[in-house]
Amino acid sequence: MLKLSNVESYYGNIRALKGIDIEISEGEIITLIGANGAGKTTTLMSICGVVPPRHGEILFMGRPIHEMSPDRIVALGISQVPEGRRIFPFLTVTENLDMGAFLRKDKDGIKKDIEYIYELFPILAERRNQAGGTLSGGEQQMLAISRALMARPKLLLMDEPSLGLAPLVIRRIFGIIEKINTENRTTIFLVEQNANLALKVAHRGYVMENGRVILSDAAQNLLSNEQVKKAYLGV
Amino acid sequence: MDWEYFFELLLGGLTRGSIYALIALGYTMVYGIIELINFAHGEIYMIGAFTALIAANVLTMLGMNELAVLVLASVVAILYSAAYGFTVEKIAYKPLRQAPRLSPLISAIGMSIFLQNYVLLAQTSDFLPFPSLIPELEFMEPIAHIISSAEVIIILTTAVVMILLTLLIKYTRIGKAMRATAQDRSMAMLVGVNVNRVISTTFVIGSALAAVGGVLIASHIGMINFYIGFIAGIKAFTAAVLGGIGSIPGAVLGGMVLGWTESFATGYVSSDYEDVFAFALLVIILIFRPAGILGRSTTQKV
Ligand SMILES: Nc1ncnc2c1ncn2[C@@H]1O[C@H](COP(=O)(O)OP(=O)(O)OP(=O)(O)O)[C@@H](O)[C@H]1O
Ligand SMILES: [Mg+2]
Repeated sequence: MLKLSNVESYYGNIRALKGIDIEISEGEIITLIGANGAGKTTTLMSICGVVPPRHGEILFMGRPIHEMSPDRIVALGISQVPEGRRIFPFLTVTENLDMGAFLRKDKDGIKKDIEYIYELFPILAERRNQAGGTLSGGEQQMLAISRALMARPKLLLMDEPSLGLAPLVIRRIFGIIEKINTENRTTIFLVEQNANLALKVAHRGYVMENGRVILSDAAQNLLSNEQVKKAYLGV
Repeated sequence: MDWEYFFELLLGGLTRGSIYALIALGYTMVYGIIELINFAHGEIYMIGAFTALIAANVLTMLGMNELAVLVLASVVAILYSAAYGFTVEKIAYKPLRQAPRLSPLISAIGMSIFLQNYVLLAQTSDFLPFPSLIPELEFMEPIAHIISSAEVIIILTTAVVMILLTLLIKYTRIGKAMRATAQDRSMAMLVGVNVNRVISTTFVIGSALAAVGGVLIASHIGMINFYIGFIAGIKAFTAAVLGGIGSIPGAVLGGMVLGWTESFATGYVSSDYEDVFAFALLVIILIFRPAGILGRSTTQKV
């Protein structure tokens, strides 16, 4: 479904991705783990066209997308829950959800999906007319996930959805990730610092270091890999 | 107290303030989206006035009646100014979008100087008479010594334009895209907003509003030259900063506050220091509210 070949991305002269290869098949949950500054966020932003790669190729369902503008990539069915949630702070909760469905034309479908999300997260329903910026961190994370789902993506990119959340909320969010994957058959590409948790829900994983992919394997194998254990599982 | 004089000043200030507000909206909307002070915005207003002048002369020669000339000349001015605003953004700002913040600012100043001199060369440095296109309203006769028909039309037009703009920003798809882009540009991209189109639209709307202001004030004052954009631009920019740059209601409020300050200060104190009052007010307000009257501080919970 998604295939990155030899992707290199830059911030000015800084080479943040040094030629990475990643492949994701339909229906999978794939995780990408790595230390701070390894290039995980950059990888997601390169896929979405916000940090367009300078070299290499990205194919999505067979189509090259590495030269497309972000809005066209979203239109093809990729959406992102970005690092730090990035809720539009002065839009209401409902407006934030509306923005997630920005490219959809089916008004009734959008309405239904918003209702569905309000059932899934009653707390968001309660706060529907409140400005996004006034929500708590956990509520914002729920909103960020919901906003991405409003696009009805084929591929959902998630950047550290567990960051800064209480263990109970994290468990809830990971439960939802699995639910989205099994019920909607949405393919998920999950970036996580919390390698232990991520490898438990994922089918396969990639390990990144310093702008390169240094390891990729089935999630179970990575969980028992000595190198991974030492560096990322804190064992 | 002479109430008649007071109301005359009040309404005069409202008229001035309306024009400042119309132009200030362009500054504040552009700043809200790309954090650029578009110094060429005053020139867009000036070009609107010139376009209306030329169009009005041609249409009058063709024998049209006053009202038709006013409407048609305004439409031509709006289209022309919008096209200029659109083009200025594409030529002078878009290529610099990734550049350090100072670069587009310098580019804006360059654009402003270029447009002024272009009109100076293409037209003349003299003041040109602008036909008084705004019709005298008969029912206004009894209060004509307090407020003229032109002033009424300026205030009403501005009010209608503001309401339409508010509805556009609040309820339309492009309005939501504009707000989202102003709040977080790359996140807006990630939900599928075509940010280039939003930026272009912002310039087009701001320029169209400036053109409306240009036509209204030119037909009220009765003469224009290539330099009017500079003065009006600085005043409107002051209004935008007063109200809180980036805030749309702020631009309107700032325009009104500035209009009233000038009107009352010149009416009750002295007309020699008109501009001094405006900038003194700016300094005072910024001391107490650095972000402007309705401006919000930039810190926000992420
Ligand atoms: N906007 C930017 N400008 C310049 N350099 C950047 C920018 N964003 C990231 N970088 C650099 O690119 C490299 C990769 O950053 P990236 O954000 O992709 O890391 P990450 O793996 O997501 O880290 P973290 O786990 O801390 O989120 C880092 O060295 C970082 O300093
Ligand atoms: Mg990151």
